[in-house]
Amino acid sequence: MQRYSGFGLVKHALRHHEDWQRQWRNPTPKPGYDVIIVGGGGHGLATAYYLAKEHGITNVAVLEKGWLGGGNTARNTTIVRSNYLWDESAALYEHAMKHWEGLSQELNYNVMFSQRGVLNLGHTLQDMRDIQRRVNANRLNGIDGEVLDAEGVQSLVPIMDCSKRARYPVMGASWQPRAGVARHDAVAWGYARAADALGVDLLQNTEVTGFKIRDGQIQGVHTNRGDIEAKTVGCVTAGNSSVLAGMAGLNLPLESHPLQALVSEPLKPVLDTVVMSNHVHGYISQSDKGDLVIGAGIDGYNGYGQRGSYPTVEHTLQAIVEMFPIFSRVRMNRQWGGIVDTCPDACPILSKTKVKGLYFNCGWGTGGFKATPGSGHVFAASLAKGEMHPIAAPFSIDRFHSGALIDEHGAAGVAH
Amino acid sequence: MFHIYCPYCEELREEEEFHPKGQAHIARPEEPDACSDEEWGDYLFFRDNPRGIHHEMWLHAVGCRKFFNITRNTVSYEILETYKMGEQPTVGAEHLAREGKTDSVQVAESGQQTVGASDAAQASVKGAQA
Repeated sequence: MQRYSGFGLVKHALRHHEDWQRQWRNPTPKPGYDVIIVGGGGHGLATAYYLAKEHGITNVAVLEKGWLGGGNTARNTTIVRSNYLWDESAALYEHAMKHWEGLSQELNYNVMFSQRGVLNLGHTLQDMRDIQRRVNANRLNGIDGEVLDAEGVQSLVPIMDCSKRARYPVMGASWQPRAGVARHDAVAWGYARAADALGVDLLQNTEVTGFKIRDGQIQGVHTNRGDIEAKTVGCVTAGNSSVLAGMAGLNLPLESHPLQALVSEPLKPVLDTVVMSNHVHGYISQSDKGDLVIGAGIDGYNGYGQRGSYPTVEHTLQAIVEMFPIFSRVRMNRQWGGIVDTCPDACPILSKTKVKGLYFNCGWGTGGFKATPGSGHVFAASLAKGEMHPIAAPFSIDRFHSGALIDEHGAAGVAH
Repeated sequence: MFHIYCPYCEELREEEEFHPKGQAHIARPEEPDACSDEEWGDYLFFRDNPRGIHHEMWLHAVGCRKFFNITRNTVSYEILETYKMGEQPTVGAEHLAREGKTDSVQVAESGQQTVGASDAAQASVKGAQA
């Protein structure tokens, strides 16, 4: 792998940028691998990378039906934070946060991680009590966080309407300074390039059409490019996990919903942090390019159409204009939807299944992007050892029969 | 924007009058005291999530405030029928298969087939739904 550096940039500039190395190979599938990862998004690519780097398992294939990072990785609002309430979630997202902080250096790829901080606003007394509880829980778990009053919020975000005139006045917020945003595409490309350099085969346009299972043990997968064998298969296919599980005769406690986001025309720098509100329900940040990145909740009904409904757009923009009257005449450039698989307790599933050697990593709902490095890291460890990593273990599918749910609704700071 | 025909109001109304309430035809176990943890978990949490025909319950929240059912395609978003509570759907995945409309549609069994659930448990739950 040709390393990227300032010196390299100058060298290539002198050669008119004509001989940059391709970022990854485009190999033909081998008959078999040690491990197959189904799904070439951020989580799948990160899993492959950590399998090769931390566990020395380089005979790995990542199967992607479209192109790398073309699913939800390319369809989110790029927010990264770890201010979750329950110990299990806090451990998982903080594990990811620690990886984010060194990720650009580790991958030799600028993922544009920017620790500009995240505000979760409170608009009612109950909101403020919940915020205090969550920040206290975070600090007990060693995660940074503060409770701000309305004046504190106003001084951080001067353009926000923190007056008492608002229909839902801002009473305060939780503030995680280490949180922020990262460039979503660069995360997928950085992991892809680094995994490829370690020998992982990234197979694009390769769609899994079924599983080969014998005596309760996974033997491999059927694809549109022929059968590929492996004794360990990890499925990381976000919105389509139920469809894939169905091919193996499994059912998952998931419902797939469209989640949409919008991007405005580019503006001069006006917002230097991330603002989220669960109560009026919208979240917003400004990208390095200048456009406002806006998101909100899922459509209420199940759906696999990657577009989302108009009432949700209207509801989202009402919330944004309520908080930021200054944006009332900003034009929206683009709107898009991704398919998220939501769990009954708003927490992901990282689990073995009753098919030996077949693992699922799914159910991230609206919050998977922030977990990308941590999810990949613990899932790789689980696949390598055949036992779920201690951080992943509480997220086993067994919890829906044992009752040990991790009830992160509301506590996650944004609704599902 | 959906335009949904409420079978009680007998009118087409806009989507914003309604709330989706998840999968339809989920029956509470007939003998709750005899259920295992697995059966309770299946009943509470495991749902059909088909890429295709889905029977779901909706609430006419700011209309007649009654629950009713919709058969809808989760890929094309086409609403195939709406019907009152207690009635059975007349359109299903098999119906579409006959008409050759199944491109990219996964045929899902209604009912709750779940990870780890015994065949007998599934049969009893399905029996209760019929």
